[in-house]
Amino acid sequence: MQHGKYRFIVGFLAAPLALYAIFVIWPFAQSIYYSFTDWTGLSSDFQMVGFDNYSRMLDDDIFWKSLQHSVLLALLLPLVTLGLALFFAFMLNVGGRRRKNAAVAGVRGSAFYKIAYFFPQVLSIVIVALLFQFAFNPTSGMLNATLKAVGLKSLQPDWLGDPDLALYCVMVVLIWSTVGFFVVLFSAGMASIPKDFYEAALLDGASRITTFFKITLPLLWDTVQSGWVYMGILALGVEAFTAVQVMTVGPGGPDYSTTVLPLYVYQTAFRDAQAGYATTIGVGLLIVTMLFAAIVMRLGRRERLEF
Amino acid sequence: MGFTSGRTNEGLGRRDVIKRSAALGLIAVPTMSFLSACASSDGGSDEKVEKGTKSAKNPLGVNETAALEVVIFNGGFGEQYAIDAEKKYNEAFPKAPKVKHSATEKIQSILQPRFNGGTPPDLIDNSGAEQMDMGVLVGKKQLADLTPLMDAPSYDDPAKKVRDTLRPGVLEMGQFDGDPVWVMYYAYTVYGVWYSQTNLEKLDAAYPETWDEMLALCEKAKKKGIAGWTYPGKYPYYLPFSLYPFIAKIGGREVLDKIDNLEPNAWKDPAVKAAFEAYYELFQKGYILKGTPGLTHIQSQTEWTKGKALFIPNGSWVENEAAPTTPGDFKMMVGAPSSLDASDKLPFGTVWASGGEPFIVPANSKNPEGGMEQLRIMLSEESSKNFTQKVKSLTALNGGTDGLTLSTALQSGVDVLAKAGENVVNPRLQDWYAKLQKEQIGIAGIGEMMAGRATPAETIKKIQGFADAAAKDQSIKHYKHQ
Repeated sequence: MQHGKYRFIVGFLAAPLALYAIFVIWPFAQSIYYSFTDWTGLSSDFQMVGFDNYSRMLDDDIFWKSLQHSVLLALLLPLVTLGLALFFAFMLNVGGRRRKNAAVAGVRGSAFYKIAYFFPQVLSIVIVALLFQFAFNPTSGMLNATLKAVGLKSLQPDWLGDPDLALYCVMVVLIWSTVGFFVVLFSAGMASIPKDFYEAALLDGASRITTFFKITLPLLWDTVQSGWVYMGILALGVEAFTAVQVMTVGPGGPDYSTTVLPLYVYQTAFRDAQAGYATTIGVGLLIVTMLFAAIVMRLGRRERLEF
Repeated sequence: MGFTSGRTNEGLGRRDVIKRSAALGLIAVPTMSFLSACASSDGGSDEKVEKGTKSAKNPLGVNETAALEVVIFNGGFGEQYAIDAEKKYNEAFPKAPKVKHSATEKIQSILQPRFNGGTPPDLIDNSGAEQMDMGVLVGKKQLADLTPLMDAPSYDDPAKKVRDTLRPGVLEMGQFDGDPVWVMYYAYTVYGVWYSQTNLEKLDAAYPETWDEMLALCEKAKKKGIAGWTYPGKYPYYLPFSLYPFIAKIGGREVLDKIDNLEPNAWKDPAVKAAFEAYYELFQKGYILKGTPGLTHIQSQTEWTKGKALFIPNGSWVENEAAPTTPGDFKMMVGAPSSLDASDKLPFGTVWASGGEPFIVPANSKNPEGGMEQLRIMLSEESSKNFTQKVKSLTALNGGTDGLTLSTALQSGVDVLAKAGENVVNPRLQDWYAKLQKEQIGIAGIGEMMAGRATPAETIKKIQGFADAAAKDQSIKHYKHQ
């Protein structure tokens, strides 16, 4: 009865594996192949150039700057976003005053806040970036107008025009647009933590902070960890690219202060017509992303708690 | 326990195998064609339409029944002028299907894959922020030589060749090395210092012909709370529009030629330093509109049309682009860069003017003759006038403004050209080395200087470094002034 099993499994796995190979593995292989060529992207004739692109990449200041910014985003963004989201979710679900019949409850109006937090998630990142571009406008934007209104007229930063501020302006926008998603995700996670735990903690006289660190966070750890990887990949990839491309000077500026790896790949391929070199940088990005995921999974490993 | 329902010992029936392989086939076939459309596909379409017969009405030998596809950059000039000219094409070739027209801001994203796959459209306005690198296109033999068009009789006068109807310098701009003409620049752009006559009059001033007058006027404006200058701080590569001719005026046009040729120490010329220091002074004395480094081109133009700044470096498309925010009594004008001092090599009036809106006919297009014929139609007096009226810009066709009532901006452009005479300069960095010009010199160099974050000396050193690196870089094609 057993000897047909493997043929059966192979039969069913063949199609998904083939799809995976064609649409995932094969493009990766192709990219790696093109990273050894001088392909322009504008015509289909090209030659093998060996490791030229790689040695060029290692000497390329802009590559290192982009890498630095991408790594900074991958470290800071998840930290701030998930930190804020955990705080908000905790307040919405367990942080409220004790009311009748309920040992734990969120702050007043938490249902409304949940929707308000989630709202940016339904807007495309391009729209968000465009909206914030107006807010950051140094002459007529909302931010400088507000500063003026509260009497800080001398303090009128150029925001996106200032190399020291630009990258942080982009980060703020990315945080604003993603934090709501994690609030909802963590709220769902917290809702599944049994209420008895909180009741027991309250009876023992635990403070909110203790409750958070001893009960909520450990029981939510798996969710936080996946969120961390997800957020890091957003920061290394598409979201950071879009925000930088739409919002910043240049784009990628001023003076290369906001350029990130995916943007540099895009510019090299589609502006400088050096698709071969662009795939080389793409391979660099692939390595960074995989290292990031590996490190997070490694550091985050801990004993699973059952409840 | 077995997984195979216990029906047979074989596991899979013959029928299942057939069904499954058929399903795989269904997936595999489109996938293969998808992959073959990727990079390694064999470029070049073999499906060129047959040539038609040449005649007096059809000097290029266009196939009268073939389809024509045109892609227009939808920027400051919009697309209506092209649609109008395409109607003329259909009138000339009534048997051909209606010209397939599309307009986009994303020229490269849309067209690069089509070039790569060997199926580009027949005529492209390769313009805007996503302009495809013309040097690479030429180097990779992706463009059709437009010499047949240049040698064809002009649309209005069969005794004249198209090449003889063009403004000076336009044809040369379309050449790279040697005779072939790869690019036809359709618009003719006057670059310079743009201002409002009305706003100057309010300050009791005329356009400053010397730098001292410029500084004095800026000081006067400052006292009234008006800034002297603004510029698109997010795209500071607009600054060269008035800065480069200023450099040529101070040190002669050889300085710009050396810069274009990427010669060693070209940027260390004293004329460059003098010009940079003069512009830097505008920042130091607070004559630049506050917040300018964070503005886009549209935002800075709006501040300018609102009268918050007097001058803006720009090209003649600004009239059309800023039209929505321009007050009726604005009296928009363009001026040549002011003289620095009496020792300037070239007289006041030296200005940067050159072709804009580069049109290309891809070598692999199906109907290249049709693409060239469409250009010939666009270079007729009627289409040219239509363009000038619709978008307030000159075309490559010499003249063609007779009998038109021109706006103040357009008229001032014509006047500036007349005054400049021989002294029209045409720096080529922006079409030869797009990355060097825009990102390195523009944003990282001049942009940082004008925001006050680098001194002229530091900026020159930085830019010279970029230029040297570009000269050494074997992955880009290098050009020289002939």
